[in-house]
Amino acid sequence: MNWISNYVRPKINSLFSRREVPENLWTKCDECGTMLFHRELSDNLNVCTTCDHHMPITPRERFDALFDGGIFTEIEVPKPIADPLHFRDQKKYPDRMKAAQKKTGEPEAMLVAEGEMGGTPIVAAGQDFSFMGGSMGMYVGNAIIAAAERAVELGRPLILFSAAGGARMQEGILSLMQMPRTTVAVEMLKEAGLPYIVVLTNPTSGGVTASYAMLGDVHIAEPNALICFAGPRVIEQTIREKLPEGFQRSEYLLDHGMLDRVTMRTEMRDELITIVRMLMNLTPAVRGNLPAPEPEAEEAEAAPAETGEADAPKA
Amino acid sequence: MHYLEFEKPLAEIEGKANELRALAVANEEMDVKQEATALDKKATDLLKDLYKDLTPWRKCQVARHPDRPHCKDYIETLFTEYTPLAGDRNFADDHAVMGGLARFEDQPVVVLGQEKGFDTKSRIERNFGMARPEGYRKAIRLMEMADKFNLPVVTLVDTPGAYPGKGAEERGQSEAIARATEKCLQIGVPLISVIIGEGGSGGAVAFATANRLAMLEHSVYSVISPEGCASILWKDAEKMREAAEALRLTAQDLKKLNVIDRIITEPLGGAQRDREATIASVGRAIAAMLAELDGKDRKTLVQDRRKKFLSMGSKGLSA
Ligand SMILES: [Zn+2]
Repeated sequence: MNWISNYVRPKINSLFSRREVPENLWTKCDECGTMLFHRELSDNLNVCTTCDHHMPITPRERFDALFDGGIFTEIEVPKPIADPLHFRDQKKYPDRMKAAQKKTGEPEAMLVAEGEMGGTPIVAAGQDFSFMGGSMGMYVGNAIIAAAERAVELGRPLILFSAAGGARMQEGILSLMQMPRTTVAVEMLKEAGLPYIVVLTNPTSGGVTASYAMLGDVHIAEPNALICFAGPRVIEQTIREKLPEGFQRSEYLLDHGMLDRVTMRTEMRDELITIVRMLMNLTPAVRGNLPAPEPEAEEAEAAPAETGEADAPKA
Repeated sequence: MHYLEFEKPLAEIEGKANELRALAVANEEMDVKQEATALDKKATDLLKDLYKDLTPWRKCQVARHPDRPHCKDYIETLFTEYTPLAGDRNFADDHAVMGGLARFEDQPVVVLGQEKGFDTKSRIERNFGMARPEGYRKAIRLMEMADKFNLPVVTLVDTPGAYPGKGAEERGQSEAIARATEKCLQIGVPLISVIIGEGGSGGAVAFATANRLAMLEHSVYSVISPEGCASILWKDAEKMREAAEALRLTAQDLKKLNVIDRIITEPLGGAQRDREATIASVGRAIAAMLAELDGKDRKTLVQDRRKKFLSMGSKGLSA
């Protein structure tokens, strides 16, 4: 089962390595136009305080707010072969990768970590839409497999936050093969009797939706997220008619039986704690953002605000 | 005979040869044998030349050739007692997906595949081989049946992709594909698959996540169509040649990447030029792949399948 031979012990994510955010930054909500002060916005997990519009959030920002005291340990993801097909469109794939790495400060489109959430030990995987549209290639596949293997090893639930335009075309067939590969990862969790919760965020589409994002024990979506297999434009071209308002949005999928719940990002953590603890047969949760588990508790208290230093969203 | 665009010079020569023969039939004293034979040789040489080194884009065209044998042809020729089983027990029967019980060399099996149709009427009825959720759910149901009664599953893949329609999305196209792929990975019986034409994206994966996967020599298997890829990455759908090249979607490249296990040789000029020979070759490949899995127990079959996919991608292509 454990196919990763070069597994490295996880390293502690440093609270103090986060990038500084300039104090006087304002972001305009692209839904209602309200000017939002960055700290107010990031304290609210990039959800507009006027209209509840959910703006993009990176996995790192999300994990800062998800894990107790913002403390989590990153799980090493085995590095795949770089540019296996020597893919070149208008740009070379390695150049696109470098640009995405520079823009995001992340190595790839998925972050995997372990830690505690409301005192509940979990493994979490977060897909980063800002990294090449979150696209699923070998790395994302390896990340999900690593997450599942670690969850099985520790006997913990896996919570996965999906966000992707689909498969990474620059890896050709190998990106398509992540559909069965990630499905094997889901099977490992199933066999171990561990909960697999999928939180679908805007957007989740293509091969991602048609594999690990639709195989959860529980599917929760953020409001108004686009969740689909084929994108609305492709469908409109095929059937030559306009699609109804809200088509392929979270609420629409909820109505059509594809989701269990639609939940505000600001309420997601509490809800995940509640659900996971019941599925794991644990006692009811202690509410509130708990300090990080020992021995990191001191560090967590020394940190400023739990979620205050996250980067402002890129408009 | 339907000629592809790159086969146009061939159409001319073969057309002339046919004309000559027709003339000879009309005027008995005319002796055209020599001339016609010369033209035939010219045509064969040209065919060899054209097919010697097909570009990926040309392979896409051959893979989509309307005269290629389809799923239905293989089922009717290679299997006996084919008994179609319909429906997903939930909403509908999807005619894009053929499936049922049959015998392959007397061995009862479950056979499944996408059928594109052969004329306007049947193409519409088959939705051009683009399955809706019901098609994948029918496949799941039949794979479960195979698992229960210990029958091998043979799938024949030929689809441009899952249908991008309103109803398909509403009824959970993504979930249906995901569950079908999951079912492929779960069943404790041999699952073998042949890509006979187009292996279009997730719609193909849902059938091709197999213990053994073969591809016909000029078939293709890709994450996205070259046209789709071109319009996204080149912002120009006309760049499909470049996209087909970059995507590495040919059987030859996929074999190098260990994504497929074997390539089935096609007759000169492609499967459409000798349908019987092509079908027979596919039959031999199915028999060989089933034989490879013979005697493996349920657990081994599941474990082997998982390992195969987990280790996929450890090998890239050389520049
Ligand atoms: Zn707003």
